[in-house]
Amino acid sequence: MTTVIENNQKNDRLEVGTPLLEVKDLHVEFHTRDGIAKAVNGVNYSVAAGETLAVLGESGSGKSVTAQTIMGILDMPPGKVTQGQILFRGQDMLTMGNEERRKIRGQKIAMIFQDALSALNPVLSVGYQLGEMFRVHQGASKKEAKEKAIELMDRVRIPAARQRVNDYPHQFSGGMRQRIMIAMALSLQPDLIIADEPTTALDVTVQAQVMDLLAELQAEYNMGLILITHDLGVVADVADKIAVMYAGRIVETAPVHELYANPAHPYTKGLLRSIPRLDQKGQELYAIKGLPPNLLKVPAGCAFNPRCDVATDLCRTEIPALHHVTDKDGKELTGRRSACHLWKETLHG
Amino acid sequence: MGSYVLRRVLQMIPVFFGTTLLIFVMVYSLPGDPVTALFGDKAADPAVVASIKHTYYLDQPIWKQYLHYMGNLFQGDFGTSFTGRPVSDIMADAFPVTIRLALMAFVFEMVLGLALGVLSGLKRGSIADTLVLILTLVVISIPVFVLAYIAQTVFATNLGWVTPTVQDSYDLTQLVLPATVLGSLSLAYVARLTRTSIGENLRADYIRTAVAKGLPRRTIISRHLLRNSLIPVVTFLGTDLGALMGGAIVTEGIFNVQGIGNVLYRAINQKEGPTVVGIVTVLVIVYLVASLLVDLLYAVLDPRIRYA
Repeated sequence: MTTVIENNQKNDRLEVGTPLLEVKDLHVEFHTRDGIAKAVNGVNYSVAAGETLAVLGESGSGKSVTAQTIMGILDMPPGKVTQGQILFRGQDMLTMGNEERRKIRGQKIAMIFQDALSALNPVLSVGYQLGEMFRVHQGASKKEAKEKAIELMDRVRIPAARQRVNDYPHQFSGGMRQRIMIAMALSLQPDLIIADEPTTALDVTVQAQVMDLLAELQAEYNMGLILITHDLGVVADVADKIAVMYAGRIVETAPVHELYANPAHPYTKGLLRSIPRLDQKGQELYAIKGLPPNLLKVPAGCAFNPRCDVATDLCRTEIPALHHVTDKDGKELTGRRSACHLWKETLHG
Repeated sequence: MGSYVLRRVLQMIPVFFGTTLLIFVMVYSLPGDPVTALFGDKAADPAVVASIKHTYYLDQPIWKQYLHYMGNLFQGDFGTSFTGRPVSDIMADAFPVTIRLALMAFVFEMVLGLALGVLSGLKRGSIADTLVLILTLVVISIPVFVLAYIAQTVFATNLGWVTPTVQDSYDLTQLVLPATVLGSLSLAYVARLTRTSIGENLRADYIRTAVAKGLPRRTIISRHLLRNSLIPVVTFLGTDLGALMGGAIVTEGIFNVQGIGNVLYRAINQKEGPTVVGIVTVLVIVYLVASLLVDLLYAVLDPRIRYA
């Protein structure tokens, strides 16, 4: 059942590790009635072919807005990109024409949304919605498109795909709907997939199945994956590296295991401490005090300082840069950055 | 599906009896005696009055009159008007006129209303949108007879494009102006309903998905947006078709269209029971069938709705 894939095998598929997407100093604002909300303030990250980047953060941290900006589905207005570049294979997508941009969407970069029930059109059959990718982008006939839709449904393990191709989204279970979303995103074998909280709406057992499927297909087609989530548990198994966002900024980046073992930012530390653990049974679960900042008035200095246990006067006045992080001997740790004035103390203390 | 339709049709039976009874009682309980009224100012000869009353069964108690009427109705006899013409004849003359008028008004409100609604819904906040909002608000706030007189003054008196009233009710071109006036109120509702519906669906998640799939704007609008947005509009349009047929009394009166509205108005004034009950019964059936069709169309548009 891999014929879909073989048929469309692209000649320009990138080697593992070739840079695919680079977000450079991205700033996004929302103009609301109450003022300007700075949702994204200078975000930098990159993804290479075959690599998985997990973007972690609470609601309002700017992780989804960044993804929507990359995808070009940000509502503008009220949203506005004020600064920055999004390079896809070296080309800045923000300066491209609409038509050029549209051809990247779906074909080169695809997106998986959180709630598959509302993200799928309720009045069109899933077969139609899957087949539409081939009809629009490859000029396939109705019949070909349907065949390919069935193959895709088989590929994401929908039982009895041929019988169910004409069914509507509401006739599938939550896990199956999300697998159909994945199938849709994968249909044209994009270089990059952005998954915005793909498992949040699912129950735990189904979450694992969906994540496994996603990881498997990503490895098979050698795609880049940006996994947006607030769930540290989801990230650990699949991600290569993690970027933690807070109030529209990246506060820490690290290879996944290093971050778990040894966080270099108090916020990350707090997040990790708030995961329930079996060996803490009966104890009170840690929670980071306070609430995420209001984006209309982000605190001066480090945005996390009002909630931080170790904040100093410096933290209340000066926004920390995203420092390179070194080990105890002063050797730079590759891929590790921390936007904390006290990263040394946090990491080594 | 089949059993659903059957159930709906069966439901029409009690509705049919209820309406006929209700209208019958209402017409006959109107004050005044229709037969003496026929003589106008002249004194009526009691013997003649009694004989007319006997002919029209008016000397019987109301429940007997009703049974008599229903008995005839099931034999296809709608009764006779005071002029001696069978009611079925009168209806056969008037209904085609009203159906034409209503259909023209319906097409007008549907085509233009949808077009304006889609336009303003897609371009919210634009000049076109504001213009549509203001115009529809004006139409909604002006009573239909005012609108009719304005149309008469402008198009007949000032511009001289048409005659002020309809000379030949079977001439479609003469029905254009009355149909426009008749459909204008619903047009305003259709336009506003479509606008709101489009605006809501534009922000829906599945539209965002369609954009993310890299579909061209045209496909997104025609395939993904319109169908979802039209569901509430179709409901309105369906029930409105029935309302247009019954609600043309004022418009038909002003433009002298010899349709059901005119006949009904005259019949009510003269308390012609058989005519009023006959027409209203047919209108009720039209209404019931239209709403059944709307419900069936609903299931076609939205697969989440299933009838069993």
